[in-house]
Amino acid sequence: MIEELLSQPTVQFAVFSAVKIAVVFAVVMTFVAYAVLVERKVSAFIQDRVGPNRTAPPLALKIPVLGRLLQSWGMFQPMADGLKFMLKEDFTPSYVRKVYFWLAPAITVIPAFLTLCVIPFGSNLGDQKMVIADLDVGILYTFGIVSLGVYGIVLAGYASNSKYPFLGGIRSSAQMISYEIAMGMSVVTLFMIVGDLNLSRVIQWQADHGWLVLYQPVSFVVFLVAAFAETNRLPFDLPESETELVGGYHTEYSSMKFALFFLGEYANMIASSAMMVTLFFGGWSLPFLGAPAKGLLGGLVHIGVFVAKMIVLMVVFIWVRWMLPRFRYDQLMDLGWRRFIPLALANIVVTALAVAAFNR
Amino acid sequence: MPQPTDLLFYAFAGLTLLFGFLCVANPLSRNPVTSAMFLVLTIVSMAGLFVLLNAFFLAAVQILVYAGAVMVLFLFVIMLLDLREEERRKLNRVALGLGGVAIAGLAGILVRALASATPKSASVPAVEGTTIELGRILFRSYLLPFEIVSVLLLVAMVGVILLSKKELK
Repeated sequence: MIEELLSQPTVQFAVFSAVKIAVVFAVVMTFVAYAVLVERKVSAFIQDRVGPNRTAPPLALKIPVLGRLLQSWGMFQPMADGLKFMLKEDFTPSYVRKVYFWLAPAITVIPAFLTLCVIPFGSNLGDQKMVIADLDVGILYTFGIVSLGVYGIVLAGYASNSKYPFLGGIRSSAQMISYEIAMGMSVVTLFMIVGDLNLSRVIQWQADHGWLVLYQPVSFVVFLVAAFAETNRLPFDLPESETELVGGYHTEYSSMKFALFFLGEYANMIASSAMMVTLFFGGWSLPFLGAPAKGLLGGLVHIGVFVAKMIVLMVVFIWVRWMLPRFRYDQLMDLGWRRFIPLALANIVVTALAVAAFNR
Repeated sequence: MPQPTDLLFYAFAGLTLLFGFLCVANPLSRNPVTSAMFLVLTIVSMAGLFVLLNAFFLAAVQILVYAGAVMVLFLFVIMLLDLREEERRKLNRVALGLGGVAIAGLAGILVRALASATPKSASVPAVEGTTIELGRILFRSYLLPFEIVSVLLLVAMVGVILLSKKELK
């Protein structure tokens, strides 16, 4: 009975998709937890401090050498952080708009995870393509979902019903819409060159012809800066800028609801790193590992290559945060509308001419 | 037995109508932000209908442009204007009558269109197709209307800038 059911292609598809979703979710959650640790360690290094090096569960220190080592690296810190978020009091102020106050954190987290659906994080593992949904409109789907991410922050600002969160929410909606335009325009050139919106085929093209960052360095710069703005990371973290807005849109939040905003930020960071690897750095391919993997080992190597590239980009995200001061709000808008959008438009025109001349 | 896609169609169509109704006449809340959020949900469920027609590009653009950009601007304006909750107004008889006439007219057109359509006609207008085909149709067969629409949008943009600048130099 069960074997008969499992031999149907639809059932197989559903089972494999469910497994892939579960694995990706688990891996991303682990990544989020340890990205926070890396963030704290890197910031400590940059500011000439030590960073978290004390936390350890009681029995871990009994392990000779290794226990102490892991403790000094702060490897147990994420567990303590997670536990703290869950055990803190979840306080809801009396003046908030209850429904939206509850909805906003969820609306922030969900799009961050949904964008990961279309990212091919490996070539093949056995017969399975290593992507959850191999959509033909891949990149448009991603942009659609990313553009929904702004609702979480805007509603958080609105629901809090007090002035600093509200200012944070308004700022974020203006900022995210502005940079979405530049981001969308920057990738148009890539698809002119590749001629396909499907992300798996974009990677295959790069495996055959070389990484797109070499063809489109301008696009990459615009995309990278826009990604910083979209994820609300420094130097563009004006929606929460703690020196002027206390904590911005999440001032009124505590405990697990605050943790969800936190999680959303890091999940967004992972998603945009993965997106940049896919679009500009050849995804799972290396110059000498271009063909889709046949065996199990090759498939695992490709996944490893993808994750390694992604980690490098995430370290860049963290590194930039601790090196650059925050922009002023008018500078941010000026940069978005009067520098990047014209630059991206000019890039489109030049690329279109080049593609037309080359295909003649 | 109905196909799964049929069930999905009824689900998405029902959701579209439900959210649309809650957007204009929500019995529980008169809050403009709530209305805007229900409009977002209406748009998202309409994108679901596009997916069922295999028009993935249109579905993605529907969410990207309407739900992601236009509605965020709506929300932005609603919040900046700080609108109070709408008060319940008394029904205006003239407006009620005119509204009834308009609904009857639209319903008449719909019924006639449905009646004149022969069932199982093979020539379903092709909304589906890849992005490349859509681009070809748009830039070959419908180039002039496409360009006229873009000029129209440009005019609207220039107009807004003119109106919002109080003192023109």
